[in-house]
Amino acid sequence: MHAGVKPASQTDVLPVQVRDLTVAYDDRPALWDVDLDVPPGVLMAIIGPNGAGKSTLIRAILGLVPLAAGNVSLFGRPGQEQRGRVGYMPQRNSVDWDFPVSALDVVLMGLYRQVGWIRRPGRRERAQAMQCLERVGLADYAHRQISQLSGGQQQRVFLARALAQNADLYLMDEPFAGVDATTERAIIEILKALRAEGKTVVVVHHDLGTAPEYFDYVALLNVRLIAAGPMETTFTPENLQRAYQGRIAFLGG
Amino acid sequence: MELVRDLLADYTLRNVMLGAVILGCVSGVLGCFAILRRQGLMGDALSHAALPGVCLAYLLTGQKAPVVLMAGAAVACWVAMWLVLLLLRRTRIDSGAALGTVLTIFFGAGVVLLTLLQKRNDANQAGLDRYLFGQAAALVQEQVVTMAVLGGSALLVVLLLYKEFQLIAFDPEFARTLGLPARFLETLLTGLLVVAIVIGLNTVGIVLMSALLVGPAVTARQWTHSLGRMIGYAGVFGALAGVFGALVSVRETRMPTGPVIILCIAVMVILSVLFGAAQGVVWERVRRRRHAPEPPPATGEPCPVPPATGGRP
Repeated sequence: MHAGVKPASQTDVLPVQVRDLTVAYDDRPALWDVDLDVPPGVLMAIIGPNGAGKSTLIRAILGLVPLAAGNVSLFGRPGQEQRGRVGYMPQRNSVDWDFPVSALDVVLMGLYRQVGWIRRPGRRERAQAMQCLERVGLADYAHRQISQLSGGQQQRVFLARALAQNADLYLMDEPFAGVDATTERAIIEILKALRAEGKTVVVVHHDLGTAPEYFDYVALLNVRLIAAGPMETTFTPENLQRAYQGRIAFLGG
Repeated sequence: MELVRDLLADYTLRNVMLGAVILGCVSGVLGCFAILRRQGLMGDALSHAALPGVCLAYLLTGQKAPVVLMAGAAVACWVAMWLVLLLLRRTRIDSGAALGTVLTIFFGAGVVLLTLLQKRNDANQAGLDRYLFGQAAALVQEQVVTMAVLGGSALLVVLLLYKEFQLIAFDPEFARTLGLPARFLETLLTGLLVVAIVIGLNTVGIVLMSALLVGPAVTARQWTHSLGRMIGYAGVFGALAGVFGALVSVRETRMPTGPVIILCIAVMVILSVLFGAAQGVVWERVRRRRHAPEPPPATGEPCPVPPATGGRP
């Protein structure tokens, strides 16, 4: 599936390389001295308790929060040079769903880089966006205003927008939050398909129960990075214990 | 068509109508972005901040030329905007309090300056107080031309950057991940808001200007779920309100124009909030009653934590 962590000489191909990363909000560290390598072609979960800095890590990788220390490189170069290769799916509650746009309008936003300044998206872009909506099963809802969609449908609109970005690396902040079981299965199938296409997908995930089934790579986080690596060797009761600091005893079953 | 004949013949009426159309249209369009970015109050704070700018511009130059006073107002608005942003970024004051503080301080300073000017035994200052509530009848052609140039430029920028502004208003973080200069675009949008305020000073006045920004936009939102259409409708509604208010104020009563325009907008807002096709309260209620028996869809979420075999602390 994936070749595991590459030797140091090939670090330039690592989709994400985080070194000595510290991020602070109001003097309180949200991330402390994190080092993380994400190898290409993995479907990776970032797991940790509330307030562990999971979202912050994704936002730091995207360059959305100021770094107190350390650096992030994407495919061996600074993030701002790699915008075209990175797709982002934010948390659903990060926007106002009463905003007067349709599902198709939102998906088209994923193509704005491709469209460029001032120009409007044309027929080709609309067709591309429709394909992405089809892929998430929302083709029939393309012209619905976004407030008229259910939570799960809104989540899938955001996923379709990320797909439209046609990136090599996807960063997703809780794509399964507030969706029903059917939608969750549909979303994970799409993420697995992305991996099969050779893309790298990094997902903030809450559900310890489904993590081993969905993902093949994991980073356990609690302000510090507890452990990162292939799911089988990293997702151990000891590591979970350290990440959750006794808030769960250990993984049952 | 007595009105058309008057329009062609009557210098005052023509200026007033043109001025009101330009102003209503520009502020309607820019107001859409303001309310969608939840900055409806920003317009109010900025317009009140214009008063000390107008007074200081007169005090420093001794001139009442509209361009001079508009420039003074624009500078004051800009300073106020930076103050609000500074308060938001550097302190823990929330946006409502920050806007309220800046608004009242600037307006208070403006009223003090205005009173001092009026006490100075300086006949030339007469008329500065018109900027408080606006007097469309006092519009001269030079002002209308200035309004047209400024307003036209603002509309052109919105037309060109429509797609970027839409994204910035909806999801600024996503815009940043695409590499768009989000902060520049946000500042530009607020700058265009200042343009709308400055061209409204003579007509609507400082105190009520924000209603012309917020009112048409809120009205338009009730009728459509499309941003493009909302902007178009808001421009038309703003222009209609402007024309109606200016006409009543000039022809019938010699009332200050601002309050009349605002009453006109108030009627539009009330009717639309009730009966608007997209979000109107009445239709929403009818729709809900029709769909009432349907239970909400089940949202079966999987349990986030697997069963733990030990006790929880």
